[in-house]
Amino acid sequence: MTALKTTPLNAIHREMGARMVDFGGWDMPLHYGSQLEEHHAVRRDCGMFDVAHMSVVDLHGARTRDFLRTLLANDVAKLKTIGRALYSCMLNEAGGVIDDLIVYFVAESHFRLVINAGTTDKDLTWLRRHAPAFGIEVHHRTDLGILGVQGPQARAKVIALLSPDLMQAAAALAPFSAAWSGDHFVGRTGYTGEDGFELIVLAGELESFWRKLFTAGVRPCGLGARDTLRLEAGMNLYGQDMDESTTPLETGLAWTVVLDASRDFFGKNALLNAPPMRHALGLILSDKGVMRGHQVVMTVHGDGEITSGGFGPTLERSIALARVPLAVAPGDRVSVEVRGKNLRAQVVKPPFVRNGKILVNIQ
Amino acid sequence: MTPANLKYTKSHEWVKQEPDGSVTVGITHHAQEMLGDVVFVEAPAVGRQVMQGEECAVVESVKAAADIYAPLSGEVLAANSKLADAPEKINADAYAAWIFKLKPSSPAEIGGLLDAAAYQAVADAEQH
Repeated sequence: MTALKTTPLNAIHREMGARMVDFGGWDMPLHYGSQLEEHHAVRRDCGMFDVAHMSVVDLHGARTRDFLRTLLANDVAKLKTIGRALYSCMLNEAGGVIDDLIVYFVAESHFRLVINAGTTDKDLTWLRRHAPAFGIEVHHRTDLGILGVQGPQARAKVIALLSPDLMQAAAALAPFSAAWSGDHFVGRTGYTGEDGFELIVLAGELESFWRKLFTAGVRPCGLGARDTLRLEAGMNLYGQDMDESTTPLETGLAWTVVLDASRDFFGKNALLNAPPMRHALGLILSDKGVMRGHQVVMTVHGDGEITSGGFGPTLERSIALARVPLAVAPGDRVSVEVRGKNLRAQVVKPPFVRNGKILVNIQ
Repeated sequence: MTPANLKYTKSHEWVKQEPDGSVTVGITHHAQEMLGDVVFVEAPAVGRQVMQGEECAVVESVKAAADIYAPLSGEVLAANSKLADAPEKINADAYAAWIFKLKPSSPAEIGGLLDAAAYQAVADAEQH
């Protein structure tokens, strides 16, 4: 048995009573007592997440933008202002998703990627394979760590802790943009459907930020709440809702793919030549029970499959993301095979919840 | 934490012997702790005949679904309808939030259940 990897906050999670779990080889907090209360804290007030298992990768070189226009399905040509961020998939030549990531425009010769933990090794291999042709230096910033601070009160709590030079810039940030000063980097991004920041700081500073935020009333939240929050927000989880066998067009991410003639990118031909047969939609369970991943969705247009399912604490219902035949549309009634029973569900267009408000009509 | 007046199964049910010969069944404190916040309980139908070890109820948490097994053979006498609207009662007090009651058909099976000390050893072994 290999030892689990740990983030710099491991000891503090234990000190704060976390139930720890093996999350893809990382020893991470599942919850600190109640996953439901942590979920509600983020929707109503604010919570913080240790996401230091994820990776920061800095790309340097005069042709970094060209490199990313070739590597990413979304088009970094959209990043016109320094500090702006873009969500994108990185595809293989078959159009399958190698990873989903956020790219920040730091300077014309420097873009920053935040990538998933479980995909870090293969992402770096892919990036480094294609970097030399563009003269790009790929720098995996293992010296940095990420904290997610999310919820309607999150920004105010973080801003109060920043150095004076960063405070004003962080307060002025538009959604999906970032500001930085020295080794402190603040992005107005997240994975919960709420306002908030993702803070990138030196790994050695994580504990001090965590303790100060805790003292300021920010609730520690585990991976459990992170999962129900992102599910309600209709956000995909890599490895569950998509992977290298699915294209972004099949998983609700067509809005992140730019297929115009201005450039070529890895996976573009595959996407153009093989239109999707299925697409991703949301489900709300009408009957009692809880939908889970891999359950079969039965529709009049053929079967589909749940990719992520669970209980949505804000909706107080079971909700799911599912991949279903293209003809299935929001408003349709379907059934889901839950533990040997066919339960009724309603098809909706995700997200289910944004900024604390339920966006779907529960029938 | 593990009441001495109850009997237990290795699959984390607790069993309370009532004066009238019936038994009341729930899940242990350790079980609810492993499951996390409970969001749904499906109790067995009243009148159903169950065999010892048979799946007869489901407790679903934010994390996972757990089958509840009949600790004894017998007939289901009652199900706790309060859990349908307030499944979190299981987290609040696992030994008060009973799930169903049985009329045992083979009372001798009770002798094979674990006492509190033996169950505590099972729960402790899972913690590590």
